[in-house]
Amino acid sequence: MTKLFEYAPAPESRSVVDIAPSYGLFIDGEFTEAADGRVFKSVAPATEEVLSEVARAGEADVDRAVAAARRAFGPWSALPGAERGKYLFRIARIIQERSRELAVLETLDNGKPIRETRDADLPLVAAHFFYYAGWADKLGYAGFGADPKPLGVAGQVIPWNFPLLMLAWKIAPALACGNTVVLKPAETTPLSALFFADICRQAGLPAGVVNILPGYGDAGAALVAHPDVDKVAFTGSTAVGKEIARAVAGTDKRLTLELGGKGANIVFDDAPVDQAVEGIVGGIFFNQGQVCCAGSRLLVQESVADEVLESLKRRLGTLRLGDPLDKNTDIGAVNSPEQLARITELAEAGEAEGAERWTAPCELPTSGYWFAPTLFTGVTQAHRVAREEIFGPVLSVLTFRTPAEAVAKANNTPYGLSAGVWTEKGSRILAVADRLRAGVVWANTFNKFDPASPFGGYKESGFGREGGRHGLEAYLR
Amino acid sequence: MSQADARLSVLKTYKLYVGGKFPRSESGRVYEVTAAKSAGGAAGRGRWLANAPRASRKDARDAVAAARKAVAGWSGATAYNRGQVLYRVAEMLQGRREQYTAEVADAEGLSKAKSAAQVDAAIDRWVWYAGWTDKVAQVAGAGNPVAGPYFNLSAPEPTGVVAVVAPQESALLGLVSVLAPVIATGNAAVVVAAEERPLPALSLAEVLATSDVPGGVVNVLSGRTAEIAPTLAAHQDVNAIDLTGADAELARELEVAAADNLKRVLRPSADPGGTDWTADPGTGRLTAFLETKTVWHPTGSLGVAGSAY
Amino acid sequence: MPRIPTAAAGPPASLADVTASDGALRRFLHGLPGVDPVGLEARAAALGTRSIKTTAKAYALDLAVSMIDLTTLEGADTPGKVRSLCAKARTPDPTDRTTPQVAAVCVYPDLAATAAGALAGSGVQVASVATAFPSGRAALEVKLADTRAALAAGADEIDMVIDRGAFLAGRYLEVYEQIRAVREAAGTARLKVIFETGELSTYDNIRRASWLGMLAGADFIKTSTGKVGVNATPANTLVLLEAVRDYRAATGVQVGVKPAGGIRTAKDAVKFLVLVNETAGDDWLDNRWFRFGASSLLNDLLMQRQKLRTGRYSGPDYVTVD
Repeated sequence: MTKLFEYAPAPESRSVVDIAPSYGLFIDGEFTEAADGRVFKSVAPATEEVLSEVARAGEADVDRAVAAARRAFGPWSALPGAERGKYLFRIARIIQERSRELAVLETLDNGKPIRETRDADLPLVAAHFFYYAGWADKLGYAGFGADPKPLGVAGQVIPWNFPLLMLAWKIAPALACGNTVVLKPAETTPLSALFFADICRQAGLPAGVVNILPGYGDAGAALVAHPDVDKVAFTGSTAVGKEIARAVAGTDKRLTLELGGKGANIVFDDAPVDQAVEGIVGGIFFNQGQVCCAGSRLLVQESVADEVLESLKRRLGTLRLGDPLDKNTDIGAVNSPEQLARITELAEAGEAEGAERWTAPCELPTSGYWFAPTLFTGVTQAHRVAREEIFGPVLSVLTFRTPAEAVAKANNTPYGLSAGVWTEKGSRILAVADRLRAGVVWANTFNKFDPASPFGGYKESGFGREGGRHGLEAYLR
Repeated sequence: MSQADARLSVLKTYKLYVGGKFPRSESGRVYEVTAAKSAGGAAGRGRWLANAPRASRKDARDAVAAARKAVAGWSGATAYNRGQVLYRVAEMLQGRREQYTAEVADAEGLSKAKSAAQVDAAIDRWVWYAGWTDKVAQVAGAGNPVAGPYFNLSAPEPTGVVAVVAPQESALLGLVSVLAPVIATGNAAVVVAAEERPLPALSLAEVLATSDVPGGVVNVLSGRTAEIAPTLAAHQDVNAIDLTGADAELARELEVAAADNLKRVLRPSADPGGTDWTADPGTGRLTAFLETKTVWHPTGSLGVAGSAY
Repeated sequence: MPRIPTAAAGPPASLADVTASDGALRRFLHGLPGVDPVGLEARAAALGTRSIKTTAKAYALDLAVSMIDLTTLEGADTPGKVRSLCAKARTPDPTDRTTPQVAAVCVYPDLAATAAGALAGSGVQVASVATAFPSGRAALEVKLADTRAALAAGADEIDMVIDRGAFLAGRYLEVYEQIRAVREAAGTARLKVIFETGELSTYDNIRRASWLGMLAGADFIKTSTGKVGVNATPANTLVLLEAVRDYRAATGVQVGVKPAGGIRTAKDAVKFLVLVNETAGDDWLDNRWFRFGASSLLNDLLMQRQKLRTGRYSGPDYVTVD
């Protein structure tokens, strides 16, 4: 049925961003080829168009970058905090100035909707640098000793789901505390980190303080294992996180890990239903569900399950999937064919295991990597779709009868990153929040982020916190 | 030989402490504990002190189960209550100061005066951590001024079950220095006592059992560290491990095993000379086994924007 | 405009018992799901970021024009003023005959006859406020007399106000009975029930008032009089839209929505239409089920229409002052 009010295409202009045909590694303030000359292509997931060819870092490049960071560490850490802070303030301002360009770039390279890069990613990136800029000369007041010291060289490996935001979460606190960094962006989304290198140039940041090594897992492993790295920070899968934890065992390297999740979004029968539905939708379909803290398990009280599900399906029918650059797009492309294959495989497992699959009515584009918003009902704790992180727009719906059962089910996972609770009863919010084993609990809201708010997991979702005063601890001794 | 000397003293049978009870090792094994080589006085050096239970992997498993069972109640107790319990431990230890002075002297080969100083410091350490229970959340937590209409609070919570490889040298003060911060914040502990000096730890269990520390909150295992600790490090229901008493090689091995479920790991001091247990303990050991939970809630407004009331 | 059936006085059979007593009605209204203000406002704001361009914009502008209850509710209103407003209602843009007519002209009861005369045969409806508008502070007999006078003068639609004092004091059944009485007095005229959302203050109250109004027989539920500090907002209109959506799902009865006051620009109007589109859906994208209570909005819509047609920005000298 055609809609009466069809929104005409409203594409954001691509012309605000100028992507070069090739990019190098950023080491010691210079763009340089990889030692072995290898390159890889970065592809737009929505169209499969090759955006650029990027140098691929190897072990020799990791050596070079760590050496550059080591050389830069002395002078950088010796700078008065106020001066370091001013560099970060400059970076924050330049990000704000170039935010539309960066938003479009991120949308192209990642596949996420421009609405999200414009309204969420980029404002949060700039805010993160602003926040930590202000800490640089106040570290003695942060509660980690009167005269805390930086650790040295930080090796940082980030994922593809929020490329520039994860960069900000890693680099801003590291630099504020006086460390230097070698950062490896994900192989499917290297471009915004390379644009960030250009921002460092514009800000006049001393050479070697920030080094960017686009590359694959081998480069990440080499960085983590490098003997002259003092600190490892990783955001990504739990499996890789465990490998890293083993790799740094027995060393003096400090480690923080921000890993997977299987967040429960608990909806009680006295919830503000319309807002809860929005929270459920935002919780699992934000960024195509490729969010470690996604509310991928909906736990709804049995007495309102039908009503909530009906509202949810109706609401999912209004989601607009398609061109990520269209300002009205709610659901963009999945980041890579590998990710799409994983989502597809798990969704098929859900069906095979007997859960009932429902897919939002929407047409998928013919090129690019797409997955329609999907929910599974009749799911139990034993289903794979209830246990494994899908990292895609797939919601598993379970029911519960009592608050205690809700909490038990919510906690029944090796993960512990996020959870949501929806009820108008204040004491229940506090009681449930208290018992949830999760690093972030959103009550009557979901997927809210702020540079002042610590973020990180319990259990196999990792350790350490990013954001807020707590986020400094990982970069100080 | 006087009349009094003719009396044969009654020896103590040392046992494990698991779930508030004092079992023998399920394996039935014991090992001989002797006085420290440097132990002075007529007591003699290398003298037999006791047969300590040699805990098995299954004892370790039972201890973890007991600790897990205790977590909810202990972490759910008020911080004030936990402080009172820890202070009670100090009181009970004070009352048995002479006993511990003798045990520590034997275990560590210290003079009576030096041993007494260790016991006093251990008592004071309980008092220090008793006072921290209801303050750590205020120091380690935060109200976060987020840029939006949200109440946002970060509070520390205990991580759960913590395996503690106790220091090998300092049998009482070292043990108390690593154990007290773990339980002060609401965790439950499974302690691997100093391998060659387990008796003060096993005796401490008697104090804990009579100090209102709920059963299972502290579990004490004696035996071969290299046998017990790997079981704990690999146990999927242990949330964290303190490697203080592990040598470098064992520590690395334990850290690798701990990665399987991403335990929080507190590494041994990088300083080969070990840790100075008489120094100001700071808050590092308190916060090492805390998780930070951040809760958001909309604050909203009293009424629709701009309405009269 | 073809006359469409009005709502029945009182609730459909499936909800008959909820108005059986003050207690039953209170329990029902207080049992409705709560509204979290932050989430509500965030949703309304997010829908406000939809980018409506080209063909979609042309559709929305015309739809918005057709949904206007072109309103004048001033003490200084005169027959001349009303007649000129009616002329504009019939032919909003004399330079472009493709411009749709507005839905209605909304006046005080004493000028309803003037409006009816000026609009005769045009299809534009005559709407009259009634029931001691805007405060609603009068005896029920006065309110009913006010209503009958408006009908007698030729009003097709009655815009009544609820007794906010009674509502805030918790006398829901009293409010319900008053609406029901006006509903009966209004006969075949469509009844719009104004809550004065700015005075109800909370979104929970607005949701309860919405259901109260629908149970009593409203054809439209309407945010405000335009006479208080806060009138229609995207957020309070979103609450009304959720209410009519849920009411139809529960009873099968469709009720219209009318935000009024404070909507002055085409851009704002389009945002409200996005709210309608993505909350209540297609069935409300029609001036039988959605209205804008506005006056200056029309000229901005007309200027935007001219811009779309000619490619240049228009100016106030190219639309008529009313």
